[in-house]
Amino acid sequence: MKAYVLIPFLPLAAFIINILLGKEVLRDKAHWPSCLAIIGSFVISFFTLIDVIHGKVINEDLYTWIISGNFKVTVGFLIDPLTAVMLMVVTCVGSLIHIYAIGYMHGDKGYYRFFSYLSLFTFSMLMLVTANNFLQLYFGWEGVGVCSYFLIGFWYEKKSAADAGKKAFIVNRFGDFGFALGIFMIYLTFGTIHYVPVFSEVHKYAGQTVNILGFQVNLVTLIALLLFCGAVGKSAQIPLHVWLPDAMEGPTPVSALIHAATMVTAGVFMVSRCNAIYNLSEVAMNVVAIVGAVTSLFAATIACVQNDIKRIIAYSTLSHLGMMFLACGVGAYAAGIFHLYTHAFFKALLFLAAGSVIHAVHHNDIQRMGGLKKYMPITYVTMLLAALSAGGIPGLAGFFSKDEIIWSAFASHSHVGRFVWVLVTAVAFFTPFYSFRMIYLTFHGKFRGTHHEEHHLHESPAVMTIPLILLAIGAIAAGWVGIPTVLGGGANFAHFLAPVLGHPEFHGTHAQELGIMGLSTSIALFGLLLAFIFYLKKTYIPVMLAKNFYPIYKVLFNKYYVDELYDYIIVKPTLWVANRFLVGFTDAKIIEGIVNGVPRAIGIFSENLRKVQSGIVQHYGIVMAAGACLIILFAILWM
Amino acid sequence: MVPLSWYMTLSVIVFCIGVFGFLTRRNIIIMFMSIELMLNAVNINLISISHYIQDLRGNILAFFVIAVAAAEAAIGLAIVIALFRNRATAHIDEIHEMKG
Repeated sequence: MKAYVLIPFLPLAAFIINILLGKEVLRDKAHWPSCLAIIGSFVISFFTLIDVIHGKVINEDLYTWIISGNFKVTVGFLIDPLTAVMLMVVTCVGSLIHIYAIGYMHGDKGYYRFFSYLSLFTFSMLMLVTANNFLQLYFGWEGVGVCSYFLIGFWYEKKSAADAGKKAFIVNRFGDFGFALGIFMIYLTFGTIHYVPVFSEVHKYAGQTVNILGFQVNLVTLIALLLFCGAVGKSAQIPLHVWLPDAMEGPTPVSALIHAATMVTAGVFMVSRCNAIYNLSEVAMNVVAIVGAVTSLFAATIACVQNDIKRIIAYSTLSHLGMMFLACGVGAYAAGIFHLYTHAFFKALLFLAAGSVIHAVHHNDIQRMGGLKKYMPITYVTMLLAALSAGGIPGLAGFFSKDEIIWSAFASHSHVGRFVWVLVTAVAFFTPFYSFRMIYLTFHGKFRGTHHEEHHLHESPAVMTIPLILLAIGAIAAGWVGIPTVLGGGANFAHFLAPVLGHPEFHGTHAQELGIMGLSTSIALFGLLLAFIFYLKKTYIPVMLAKNFYPIYKVLFNKYYVDELYDYIIVKPTLWVANRFLVGFTDAKIIEGIVNGVPRAIGIFSENLRKVQSGIVQHYGIVMAAGACLIILFAILWM
Repeated sequence: MVPLSWYMTLSVIVFCIGVFGFLTRRNIIIMFMSIELMLNAVNINLISISHYIQDLRGNILAFFVIAVAAAEAAIGLAIVIALFRNRATAHIDEIHEMKG
């Protein structure tokens, strides 16, 4: 069935229509091409999923892109269970966000531009996900990066938004540099960059080393780590996490789509897709797991003291992404993808509900909110469900995926498994704590804003609340396809992905699994209880803690000063070199010299040439006579 | 007989006097006289060669030259009169509108 070709190209067509006709022709109807395109992609993805469930796998090349000597790259599609899951995530959550954005961006003067960029992003993401070779993956990778830049800096007249867009793109490029090197190594080793040949041949290179600057480095580990660099940048893991909180300058639908459900998960997708490579390198897998776990705990602690509602959710995203990488790092790729899938629903829901709140109070500061649940009941209930799901409360989607990660960390054969299990269990405490801190401070208690603001509080229009409700259904029920066997389910999700991601072997009994589940659930409930006490009942406790432990509070509030560190070590020296050498010398002296010098030289030349035309007839006569003499001279000499 | 080279030398000298006069003098009428002088020098050359090789073609060409000189003088003086009516001067170095 060739319809799957339309999946990425419908949004591309919507982008072209919007960017060419949007400003003059479509104006405030610009949402029609984009929304129809992504809903169309969703329908086709759904039927593709049904095909894949029945066992069909598509690996087709559409068009030969590059042939250069031995280097051959095609534009092709690989639709297998992993791709099918990703397609559903991107198109389903994406469609709901597109519909929500109709209400949220209503009246904005860049309305058509917003939907153009959303469609371009959707196209890039779908190309990334359906790629059957690394170059197409990289194309989609860069495409989503550049769309992220456009959309974060969407309100470009605001300096903080423009800076945030630049930061996101530049930090991403650091990661992409390593990623590109990884792809080069793959080509050098395998002679091709298509998935199927690489993954089927990689086991032959298992023990090989390669000579880098005199050191013998394991080849597969090198490739895996270089590819992971890209994932660290794109999925905002430590040390390249700094762009994601600043990315909240963009409109909330952007935060929901790009920085929760789809773009940042591209790193997890890539690592899972390359599981054949990672499985052969214990070092790389340990690095992935530890980076993921440390990022997870790091972000969770920061989220506990932030006051901007979107920043809290952004750090929550960092934390959950860390958990996904942790799962991949211990070999449980299916658990990581499962969490990616459930996370898309509840995180997008959290962002969209936060957008609904921001729409009502016109600012992001939770310390100035409160008591909103009686003004915005739908937003409240859906956000509450999302927070319960994120926190891992039993029964909801987040619980099943999170628990699978925690159990995988405990029971895996990995050497770092126990260590990261401790970290992720700590995260299981913090997650419901900061999520419910946000809920209680926003929706419960008394309204802490101005009287003027209180009059304007209202629920959002239906075009915004209906996606919230639909996402809430997803946040509750999406996890039910992966209920583990120990609780009576069929673990269908993991079985569905097993042909692509393999079946990890765990050494643990059912009793241990139930025990771990119980432990993490009780820790989560304890976190919820603590949030309940701190932010609802005895609200003086957090104030007292912040005062008594002020240094700790300050470090957490300032995000461990990582931004300041980078500013000092990287940004300031770069700007110094740029100003001293590039602007001061190359730009000012050399280029200005040429650009000013050439016209000046021409001016001097023409001024002097002009003197020939004196207007005096006898001068012309002299020239004629002299010319005639010269001609006669030449005639005599050369005849 | 007078050698041919003497006549040709005479022609060259008269031509050079004409060139010198054209390039040096300020008065337009004198410049025109110099032009006529140059044309006549060429005529001397043509006639002398024609006499020495006993061919009449030189004489015929001299006739052409005389006719052209006459026509050119007529038109040139008409231009001078128009110029004088506009600028009230016969000094050529005061007419340099085409400068630059």
